[in-house]
Amino acid sequence: MFGMYNKPDTDNFLDTTAQGLIGAPLDRPEGKLKVTGTACYAAEYVLPDCVEGAFVLAPISAGTVKWIDRASIAGMPGVLGVFADDAMLRRAAQGTAGKAPAQGVQTVDYFGQPVALVVAETFEQAVAAANALQIEYAATDPVQLDFDPEAETTPVVDAREDSAVDQGDLDQAMRDAIHSVDVTYRTEAHAAAAMEPHAAMAEWNDDHLTLRGSYQMIGHNVAELADSLGISEKNVRILAPYVGGGFGSKLGISYEAVAAAIAARELARPVRVVLSRQQVFRAVMRRSETRQHIRLAADAEGRLTGIGHEALTSNLPDEDFAEPVTQATDFLYRGEHRRLAVKRAKIARTPAGSVRAPGEAVGMQALEAAMDELAERVGLDPVELRLRNIPERHPSSGTPYSSRMLAQALEEGARSFGWDRRKPQPCARREGDWWIGMGMASAARVNMMMPAKARVTLTPQGGLVVESDQTDIGTGSYAILGQIAGETLGIPIDHVSVRLGDSALPTGAGSGGSFGAISTGSAVLSASRAIRKTLASRLGCRTDELVLRDGHAAGGNRSASIADLVGEEALVETGRIKPGKTAMQYTQASYGAFFAEVAVNVWTGETRVRRMTGAFGFGRVLNAKTARSQCLGGMVWCIGSALTEELAFDRRDGHLANPDLAEYHVPVHRDVPDLDVILLEERDPAASPLQAKGVGELGICGGAGAICNAIYNACGVRVRSFPMTLDKIIEHLPDPLAN
Amino acid sequence: MPSMTVNERPIRFDMDPETPLLWALRDAANLTGTKYGCGNGDCGACMVLVDGEALRSCLITIAEAEGRQITTIEGLSRDRSHPVQQAMVAEQAIQCGFCTPGIVIAAAALIARNADPSDADIKQAIPNLCRCGVYPRLIAAVKRAGRVARRVERISAAPAPGIDARDAAASVPAMRPADEDSR
Repeated sequence: MFGMYNKPDTDNFLDTTAQGLIGAPLDRPEGKLKVTGTACYAAEYVLPDCVEGAFVLAPISAGTVKWIDRASIAGMPGVLGVFADDAMLRRAAQGTAGKAPAQGVQTVDYFGQPVALVVAETFEQAVAAANALQIEYAATDPVQLDFDPEAETTPVVDAREDSAVDQGDLDQAMRDAIHSVDVTYRTEAHAAAAMEPHAAMAEWNDDHLTLRGSYQMIGHNVAELADSLGISEKNVRILAPYVGGGFGSKLGISYEAVAAAIAARELARPVRVVLSRQQVFRAVMRRSETRQHIRLAADAEGRLTGIGHEALTSNLPDEDFAEPVTQATDFLYRGEHRRLAVKRAKIARTPAGSVRAPGEAVGMQALEAAMDELAERVGLDPVELRLRNIPERHPSSGTPYSSRMLAQALEEGARSFGWDRRKPQPCARREGDWWIGMGMASAARVNMMMPAKARVTLTPQGGLVVESDQTDIGTGSYAILGQIAGETLGIPIDHVSVRLGDSALPTGAGSGGSFGAISTGSAVLSASRAIRKTLASRLGCRTDELVLRDGHAAGGNRSASIADLVGEEALVETGRIKPGKTAMQYTQASYGAFFAEVAVNVWTGETRVRRMTGAFGFGRVLNAKTARSQCLGGMVWCIGSALTEELAFDRRDGHLANPDLAEYHVPVHRDVPDLDVILLEERDPAASPLQAKGVGELGICGGAGAICNAIYNACGVRVRSFPMTLDKIIEHLPDPLAN
Repeated sequence: MPSMTVNERPIRFDMDPETPLLWALRDAANLTGTKYGCGNGDCGACMVLVDGEALRSCLITIAEAEGRQITTIEGLSRDRSHPVQQAMVAEQAIQCGFCTPGIVIAAAALIARNADPSDADIKQAIPNLCRCGVYPRLIAAVKRAGRVARRVERISAAPAPGIDARDAAASVPAMRPADEDSR
């Protein structure tokens, strides 16, 4: 069934089934393992004779490795070898690359790039030898170290043609506008900072490699690893049943996997490589810093006539990826005169790639802060400004939108939050040493489907097995894929088992871009419906008459137990789906709205988020509990992006100055107040046969803008630079003793 | 050779006394439920109970742990019946699960000394980092665990399997049946 998804599925099949699993807030089945410490992550397998590898990172930003003095560690205990192979990676693969990234560690492209792997009998021996290894470098001048130099030097930039829009005459629209905003916002580089550091265990059996790794998209990772090693994909198996967070940082094959495989092959022993937290910070994909020039032109009523969103991002000179900052600006609001562009400064810093919601995560918070500035100029409530600017059709291509709950999210979120209690003028509410303010922002994130396959087996005992190489990085894949199969085939959830994260299983979509659930879930639905068809024919009724519930089948005045219909041989089907015409014919996105209340200290400018509400519409909710968790987690990221998160690179030598969790500040328990999440009821037939859209990233797309706007409403300080740390606020604060 | 009690069993580690307890537990005792997240005491993923206190095992050497009672996540309960484990599953204060063992340990230490904690008590007692962002759910879970500990509520989100502990341990990578050493 399905194959190419060419026509919106308006049958809403999952509304006609009887098991009651879909949308239910079921617990994740692997939770029991996780609370007992028995879920096995990449580095935790017991392999006989396994030895340990530790990386050496480059202390220069550009140049070459002239000489590795292997003799410098020759006498150290346990040392088995130093590897600096031509096949070792200079950077990780970008998401969905499907082939090897830049290889050969003799060349150094950035400070902190792995240049050698030292392998020893124990971890302590490997680390000690890696620290002692003498390496002579020939440093050269890097292209550029600073993202956004204030001096005369102009950054070397590349324009990204594919995302550029130049429509009408924005300059003229700005001149003609009754109200306009012309501002520049900045965001700093971010780290994914998944709690599990990158790790790999490589084991060879003859010419067959088994790699236990921490990866999000193992279908692609098999191809990337095989290509890196110059071997056939058939000889590579990747296992990643549990992944301790990814957030984009584990999309593509990374240093540790290739190095472990090379060392294991050479030493004929299994090799484990675990990056230290500092190495993760220095070498793993960052989110680019951005400089965003935003122009909004509006008529007297606040209707947009023009939008400009032109962003500068950065990456290594030969990396094509550019943070797609304007992705949601493309379709979110009206305005016939439009100019969108993303440029990429070529700089020598830790490679940039996808971090949770690439594009919208930083683009939306700047756009939504600029919209707040426009609302004030027009003298309009910020919610009303957004409602007035929801376009009928895509403002450039004219394609229709699929289901879109932006207006409902704005209205429902405002009502639930108590937005009507907001005072429009800043500094209107003070409680002791704190200014209190409210702000809001829209949320939007593109919806994507990826090719996916999954196998469903209905056993003679009436049990279900769902299998795919789809990963569960904490998102809930184990839960929802079982729910989809159990719902379709009328099997109670405790008779459903889900096997994931093994590249020997049918290739799912992987976890990334919020597409895992809808893509692999659609493949599971497809396989399950094929089995349903067989059951109907065995029972002797039409498929649309068939009612499956609790292991029993009924239809056409007949009934039987499902196990009896299966008989002695299990029913096995593989379902597949690929994006088709619906992806082109409809503008698809998930939408929402954020509302935040903050307190800003009148003396120090310290900002505390006091409460936050998010209302989200992302099609059918597959599991209300795991979906809510995704939204909550996203909103926690908004607090980090708004107030604390910043990778600080030294402008002189390009080294990362805060490569650990002590200095890179992710939100902690005390930063996070009670968060309210509203899940809107929605069906989106164009998005998937599940009528579901992506939710994994939506919660971070714009919320930092709501916090920015709340700070302005609290104390009258408009901060156009994220994170909005105390130093950016304190000097502009009004006199605390006035009045 | 530093000796201590780990999960109610006497253990002597034939390792450098300066070895962090974290690595002794993970590499020598194969108790991999205790996680390496940062090695600096920043994240809390490596928390274990040391004489009932939740401490970061990456910051304690095995020499310092000499003579102490250590409880790791694997030893908190043999049958995952601890109120915090039950409540974490029921309230779904778990996503990727990597920080979960450390959080369970921190919460267990809190509940042991205060079974009716306020929001502020919980935030103070559980400084652990969770990048998935379960914090709001965690408040609810720890309060619920407190209610279970106070016997005002029962939950069975993660019921103990009705099988022998040895069989359960055999199917779990990081656990070994208690009598394996004597064989």
